[in-house]
Amino acid sequence: MRDSAARYRAMLRIRRFEETILDKFATGIFHGTTHTYIGEEANAVGVLEHVRDGDSVFSNHRCHGHFLAYGGDMRALFAELMGKATGVCGGRGGSQHIHWRNFYSNGVLGSTIPVATGVGLAGRLRGGDDVVVVFMGDGALGEGVIYESLNMAALWRAPVLYVVENNRIAQTTPIELAMAGGIPGRFEAFGVPARDLTSSDVEEVAATAGDVIEEVRETGEPRALVIDTRRFAPHSKGDDTRAESEIAEMRANWDPLVIHASRLGEGERETITEEVNAEVEQAFTTALGDPEPRVEVGAA
Amino acid sequence: MTTVLESLNAGLHAAMETDASVYVLGEDVLDPYGGAFKVTRGLSNAYPERVITTPVSEAGFVGVATGLALSGLRPVVEVMFGDFVTLITDQVVNGLSKYGWMYGGSLDIPIVIRTPMGGRRGYGPTHSQTLEKLFLGVPGLRVLAPSAFLDPGALLKAAIDDPGPVLFVENKLQYQRRLDDPMFSALAIQHDRQEGYASAATAGVAGAPRPQLTIAAYGDMAERAGEAQIKMAYELEIFSELVVLEQLDPLGPGGDLPRPLQDSLRRTGCLLTVEEGTFTHGWGAEVLARAVEASSQKLAVARVAALDSPVPASRALEALVLPDIDSVVGAAQKLIAALDG
Repeated sequence: MRDSAARYRAMLRIRRFEETILDKFATGIFHGTTHTYIGEEANAVGVLEHVRDGDSVFSNHRCHGHFLAYGGDMRALFAELMGKATGVCGGRGGSQHIHWRNFYSNGVLGSTIPVATGVGLAGRLRGGDDVVVVFMGDGALGEGVIYESLNMAALWRAPVLYVVENNRIAQTTPIELAMAGGIPGRFEAFGVPARDLTSSDVEEVAATAGDVIEEVRETGEPRALVIDTRRFAPHSKGDDTRAESEIAEMRANWDPLVIHASRLGEGERETITEEVNAEVEQAFTTALGDPEPRVEVGAA
Repeated sequence: MTTVLESLNAGLHAAMETDASVYVLGEDVLDPYGGAFKVTRGLSNAYPERVITTPVSEAGFVGVATGLALSGLRPVVEVMFGDFVTLITDQVVNGLSKYGWMYGGSLDIPIVIRTPMGGRRGYGPTHSQTLEKLFLGVPGLRVLAPSAFLDPGALLKAAIDDPGPVLFVENKLQYQRRLDDPMFSALAIQHDRQEGYASAATAGVAGAPRPQLTIAAYGDMAERAGEAQIKMAYELEIFSELVVLEQLDPLGPGGDLPRPLQDSLRRTGCLLTVEEGTFTHGWGAEVLARAVEASSQKLAVARVAALDSPVPASRALEALVLPDIDSVVGAAQKLIAALDG
């Protein structure tokens, strides 16, 4: 369990990292695309503070926040987005395809869910109480392989926590146009108990996630956590079709940094902010100076 | 004496006996049924903890098996009919074939996906296809096909030991082919293996004169091509060299053709490829293209494959669509006639 300052710092690191990406993208230093996590930081920080060494984490296209909260190196993530040799995957994966220790992300929605389930199953076969946490968005819930996976997870008792970050929009399509019925029932139909949380308060997320992960660890069985959340930034870079007033309402009422800020003294916040700004600047500058990958014909 | 089916079954037993990290997953794989084609027979009785019968969720259980492989286990997945590989495509193409590479090159994904392709049983358009060509040219995926000319069980065991992902293409009719099929006693067969690649066999009719053409084939069609080879030699005095490949993709080191095929082509200058899949954009097209690109001499080339048609259920129609011994003989005759002309 982290203290308030550590959580604030963890969320701010993600926020500043993502802001830097969006801010610098137009300069052309990043190659490819990005999907930023701005507004959803409390989920990654609140959930992943409960993850231990032997646990595994699976993420999706919107993986930067999960990676940083997992403990991933910021410079290596900048470098990966720049396609540098020092990137998390040496520039092969880019923004959406990251692997470090027991952290994996893949940009094909839903595709990691059976793989995460398999890692959970392997844990049960091996024995011990390691758990797997896998993140998905509401958009991914349109993918059928997720329901195949939930069936097997329940059938074979895979210790997996399925986390749905429901930001109520899939790229530009609002949830009302893409999803019939509710989310928790999709898990409960397979006998996977689901907790539903409407909050972007990191303390609430952390408390609920802590309880559910503990349940997974103790029972060795799958659970689901559905977090109602808000994405402030575009799906990718400049593709937001939502009204500015809608975004403004979100920023006013759902900002996890604002919600959590009151728990810290002003001086403490300023110190953390200065330190994080310096860290992000340093990581960015270092990555920028890092070497390009060595190119060998036929051996990319 | 052993059939291809028994050999594959023995290979699985051997793999599970020698390596406790080998798991078998698939639909209906438990005893007493032992899988739709019985390849997994006896495994769940011998290793009940390591044979997992799955729901009808091909994409899901291939993904789950990938998770087992990421965790250091060695899953062998059965996809009941080769036609169902369409259901696992995302997990194979965007998943398990890439993870080792795209995550920086440090991960092993030791997974084998076995599946029977092929027609001639009247199962109709969605249970009779030969679809492996859809998976040829997928970086990071090895595609293998066993042959009675070689050792099917040993190939399967080697695939299981491989640290990378393998699509292992079996054939429904090939299962009953005997490894001591009388055909083999009429052939002189030489085995060859290049480091990092599966084996190849080069066969010629025993005592025949210098071969006029090279036939390249794999799987069940290789065995039919062997029968064609004997028929041609005895009835038509067309002498050929049959190169049987267990590895379909990658073809050979540096993208070259496998060495035995190169060697044979130097001897004959004439290449006929034989496969059961549809004609257009097939395995044979790639093999021919590589052969022509690499050859300094003029090569005569032709392909035998199925018609570009769905596989019909009717016995008569199916025979019309799928290539067989006579298709190979006919194509060889035509090729030789064109050379002589």
